[in-house]
Order: sequence, then structure tokens, then C-alpha cells
Amino acid sequence: MSSSRRNFFRDLAAAAARALPDMEEKLEVEFITEPPPPLLSDAEMDRYSRQLLLPEFSELAQIALRDANVLVIGAGALGSPVASYLAGAGVGRLGIADPDAVEISNLARQHLHFTPDEGLPKAESAAAKLRFLNPEILIEAYQVRVEEANVRGLVEQQDLVVDCTDSFETRYLVNTACCAAGVPLVEGGVAGWNGLVMPIRPGETACYRCAFPTLPQDARSCAEAGVLGPAAGMVGSLQALEAIKLLTAVAPPLTDAFLQIDLLSLDVLHVNVQRRPDCPDCGEA
Amino acid sequence: MPAATVPDMVHTLDVTGLRCPMTWVRTKLELERLPAGETLEVRLPPGEAVESVPRSAREAGHDVTLAGTTVTIVRR
Repeated sequence: MSSSRRNFFRDLAAAAARALPDMEEKLEVEFITEPPPPLLSDAEMDRYSRQLLLPEFSELAQIALRDANVLVIGAGALGSPVASYLAGAGVGRLGIADPDAVEISNLARQHLHFTPDEGLPKAESAAAKLRFLNPEILIEAYQVRVEEANVRGLVEQQDLVVDCTDSFETRYLVNTACCAAGVPLVEGGVAGWNGLVMPIRPGETACYRCAFPTLPQDARSCAEAGVLGPAAGMVGSLQALEAIKLLTAVAPPLTDAFLQIDLLSLDVLHVNVQRRPDCPDCGEA
Repeated sequence: MPAATVPDMVHTLDVTGLRCPMTWVRTKLELERLPAGETLEVRLPPGEAVESVPRSAREAGHDVTLAGTTVTIVRR
């Protein structure tokens, strides 16, 4: 091993030890007994070169993406851009959950599905495209509806969840499960001309229920409100961007706040949110 | 007993077979693997890289000297 590689792993171990000061001894043992993660191959450097060029981005950030397990819930208008960008960016294991089948009315805004996919499970249709997009990563399709009985099992063991569903009920379920499991979450939604993005670090920053303790009175899903493809694409792109920040720490994600985006006027409102001590999902009680 | 000191090492990298921007990607990642203060000597292909790699290295805050098509970079 070259001296530069040794130094790299020494720095990596030191960074890990700094992040978990109480576990220094344990980490040292693990560092000796477990092989270090391989550095990026020439093919990976080429594939991810445009993000590696960013001064804030680094080989360690790329390795963090490669080591990450991420679940995208929903393979629709938000899930399409989110899963595309996360697969393209090199998230190592990407799950995509959706119970529905592709319909022609999906195609104007759900760019992972094409006309010949009509009738196919959306999770499978999306996974097939994502495997073409990046064969270097593992894509898993889950043809399931996220509900109370399965949500905890789906989100635990993940490093991050991106909620791309169009139902407020599911959003609360996912928020509750992510808070319980301590899994970072990027919430998002779009209906009509209104978009919302909210990254959450459970236990550290305000969660979705801190921001919205009760179901909004005028809650409408995109099936009722209508939506333009690029409007949803903008929200999904922001969710993917914040997911990459949460996974790599290349930049601080938006926290203790949500973005409310008026896609008609392009006004973006940054709404601060405080953690609620009595929040049933993330409160101390 | 004082710890033995390792003499300053000069690391080398040959990117003459690469095109921009991979010349700088490869150099940037090699620099990330070095401790601060160590030196990386990079052999560049003639042309654009002779301009762009030293410029990118300077913008990243490293000390840079160019001699012909070889750039010497001291990691900040």
C-alpha cells in the first residue's frame, strides 16, 4: 500500500473517531480487523467526475454515497427525479417502493416510466431504468404500499429515506417510523402550484409533525389538484439535492425549516420550524 | 526517544493519458489522499491541462509551480 493510501485511511479513521468520541477504542479495534473501504476505481472517478470536480466534494463524500442504503418511497412524479439523481450520484444501495402499476396518465411527470411500461409495476419499471442508468449500484424494487404494518421494517437499517408519496397519511407514517428508528428523512410534496421540501434529522432537527402537527384542512393530493411535470421535478430535484447533502456532509442541508415553493410565481419561502418538546414523533417524552 | 522523522516524500502522478477535466479530477483526488505539506508532482499532457490543472490547484489553495508539462503541487 502506498504511503498516500495509508495516510488516507489514517485520516478516515481519525475522522470517524472524531465523529464518535465515545467509541474511540472500539473503532480502533474495528479499524485493525476490518478491511478499509476500497478507494474509487478509475471507472468510478470517470462516472462521478463532474461532482468530484466540485471543491466541496471529495473522494470520501463519494465513498459515503457508495456505502449508503437509501429508500425512496414512491416511484412517481417526485420519486422519478429523486431516484434518478441518487442512482446517478452513486448511492450504493437504492430501494424504491411503490404498490401501483404504470398508467398512461403518469407519463407526463414520471420520467422513469415510458409508454410501453403501461400496466407494469412502477417499482419494477423504475428499477429497470435505474439499472441502465447506473449498473455499478444495487437497485431493489419493492412492490408494496407503505402502511403501518410494514413501515418500520422498511425504514430501519436505511441510512436515509426520501418520502415521495402523495398522501398526507403516508407522510405522517413515514415521519413517525423514521423518528423512531433515527433515520434521516427528506420529506417532499407537490400539489397544484405548491411545493414543499423538508429535510429532517430525527432527534436533532424539527420533524414533519413538528411543522404540521395535524393534517391540513385543505389537504389535496396531486390526483385531485393536478400538477405539471416540471413543477414536481423541481421539488424532487431539491429532495435529491438535500439527500446528497445529508449523506455526504458536503454542505449543510436545510434543517429546522421547510421550503414552500410557489411554482406559479417562483417565490420560495423559507419557513423556520422549531422542534416541539411534546411532538408525539420526535419529542423527548 | 524521539520518534523517527520521515523525510518529506514527493509523490508522483502521471495523467498524460487523460483529457480534461479528468486530469484535474485525478490530481484533486490524489491530493486529498496526501497529508498537508506533502508534495505531488504531476506529469500533464501538453495543451489545455497545462493551463487548467495548475489554475485549479491554485484556486484550491495549494502551492503550485509549473516546469514544462510537470506541475509540482504542495498540499495546503
